[in-house]
Amino acid sequence: MSLSLSRALWRYRGFVLGSVKREFQARYRNSLMGAAWTVLQPLAMITVYTVVFSQLMQARLPGVNDPFAYSIYLCAGLLTWGLFGEIVQRCQTVFLDNGNMIKKLSFPRICLPTIVVTSALVNFAITFAVFLIFLLITGHFPSWVVLSMIPLLLFHAMFAAGLGIAVGVLNVFFRDVGQFINILLQFWFWFTPIVYSATTLPAAVRPWIRLNPLTPFAQAYQGIFVNGLWPQWSTLWPSIVLALVLCVLALSLFRNRSAEMVDEL
Amino acid sequence: MGDIVVNGLGKAYKSYPSQWSRLAEWINPSGKPKHRLQWVLKDINFHLKAGEAVGIVGANGAGKSTLLKLLTGTTRPTAGQISVNGRVAALLELGMGFHPDFTGRQNAMMGGQLLGLSVEEILRLMPSIEAFAEIGEYIDQPVRTYSSGMQMRLAFSVATARRPDVLIVDEALSVGDSYFQHKSFERIREFRRAGTTLMIVSHDRYAIQTICDRAILLQAGQLIKEGLPVDVLDYYNALMAERDQVHVRQERLEDGRMKTISGSGEATVAEVRLINAKGEPADTVEVGDALELQVRVAIRAHIPRLVLGFMVTDRLGQSIYGINTHRLDKPLTDLTPGEEILYRYRFPANIGKGSYSISLSLSREDSHLDMNYEWRDNAWMFHVFNSHQENFVGASWLDAKVEISRPTAPDASSAASP
Repeated sequence: MSLSLSRALWRYRGFVLGSVKREFQARYRNSLMGAAWTVLQPLAMITVYTVVFSQLMQARLPGVNDPFAYSIYLCAGLLTWGLFGEIVQRCQTVFLDNGNMIKKLSFPRICLPTIVVTSALVNFAITFAVFLIFLLITGHFPSWVVLSMIPLLLFHAMFAAGLGIAVGVLNVFFRDVGQFINILLQFWFWFTPIVYSATTLPAAVRPWIRLNPLTPFAQAYQGIFVNGLWPQWSTLWPSIVLALVLCVLALSLFRNRSAEMVDEL
Repeated sequence: MGDIVVNGLGKAYKSYPSQWSRLAEWINPSGKPKHRLQWVLKDINFHLKAGEAVGIVGANGAGKSTLLKLLTGTTRPTAGQISVNGRVAALLELGMGFHPDFTGRQNAMMGGQLLGLSVEEILRLMPSIEAFAEIGEYIDQPVRTYSSGMQMRLAFSVATARRPDVLIVDEALSVGDSYFQHKSFERIREFRRAGTTLMIVSHDRYAIQTICDRAILLQAGQLIKEGLPVDVLDYYNALMAERDQVHVRQERLEDGRMKTISGSGEATVAEVRLINAKGEPADTVEVGDALELQVRVAIRAHIPRLVLGFMVTDRLGQSIYGINTHRLDKPLTDLTPGEEILYRYRFPANIGKGSYSISLSLSREDSHLDMNYEWRDNAWMFHVFNSHQENFVGASWLDAKVEISRPTAPDASSAASP
């Protein structure tokens, strides 16, 4: 099953890559500065967090006395959450948005979420590069530890894609799912230690936060960038297993329902 | 390559009374089904050999588009099997997936990739795509600056850049100017000669009759007739006119053609004769002969308004000339049962040699689609020979005269006097 899907994807790789490129170009069409905006956007975000939180509000992470620590902490969590959110939210509507194309043209439908995930990853790569440069300049670059981002991001994106595709398929049949996920994402964001540190929470809440499968990802990123620590895989594996399970579930759901989906659109 | 076998094909959409019943079915798939199947196609069987061309006709909602979508693989059948051998290209919705902000070239690139072509292949085909679309400099302009005709040209060029084994065409071709229509038909014909199997849905009688070897008539999701395009189209025409009524009957004439008679029968053709200047029935006619078409009509019920029309069609069923008493401003009104009317149309046979047929229509208005009393295909057949006039080609005798002057001839004086 996954073999035929990946074979179809390989045959349509030109279409997938072309669409990603086109989506990227479309965003900056008719703008003078073009792709510079891709860089300026995250730069502005990092600057705002640094100035507002580290300088104006003097926010400090518990136990760290570096003025940049909190803004690095924030960025590590926010940028990666951004990737997760973008994949889930766009996958959720990808079949509905392209309904006309799905109904009229015969092509492997799995291309559509693939385009979404790829283009989200490209966007993230640019944003993330800006972040790394910021770290270099301020002297906070986390050495070799940064390499552990590769497997982390891979599983994180798989988690998002699995969830997104499953929700995307369900959303075609039950629009409630899409509405629900939008609300869920808001709660999820605040239930993940991104803007706060889990250690500042009351002891009664902490075990609940640990049940959140995204918490280990966020904490791993923060560990890498704030403290230069390698991720603790022992806390990560349940989330990784869940990511794999979600992917398998999503693909089988997609495979079983894709024919019916065309009729429903 | 290019064979299509369709066996017991059926397509149904699931219809749920409410979203909750759908949810119930999803949660408990082994339970009693909560949906009702709405069949849009049922038990369709046909076999197309490579290189054949078949036209699909039928009223809106008869299932034509669904059939094409099943053949292209966009939707999957609920029952039966389809086997399509070879690469399928579909002209279902031209310009689907074009992005208005990108140039024609970029969109052609994307369009080709969406058809599963590789980048190298598209680059190789690009010059021929450009040449065929004939949009010149516009190829490097954003598609939003294109006219709809230009978009169509580009989309068609991309979709047919490589010859497919099976080409599926939906209505799409009715857009664009007539020059490009001809050009695209020419390309389709070329594909056919090279062995492409063709399936075409069109309301354009001309298109189907000139391209197809066969036609299929769909009605309410079922294949109700299959045969020569002329016969199927005649039958379809009759059905269209008579959606709410009566009988349609077809008889086979001696030459193998079908004769279709349909209508409500409130007025019927009692007798038809085509006579020549000598008053003899005209089965054979010389180019330029004066002809008279005599039609005796019997009125069987009270009719507020009556129009008689006739149409001369050629061997392929293409219209040569048609007129009716509405257009000639001579409709009859308030007819009573038992009346008999004799119509006499006079016209010269200024048409090319070949075999022709005359169809008659008795209706209330200009079109027989409104109220059809009787529609009679192949009411009279005749052959046109040309033994008196110059040996011209084509369907119309325009009686051209020629005058030639040759003032710059090297030896004008000697040319004049032999």
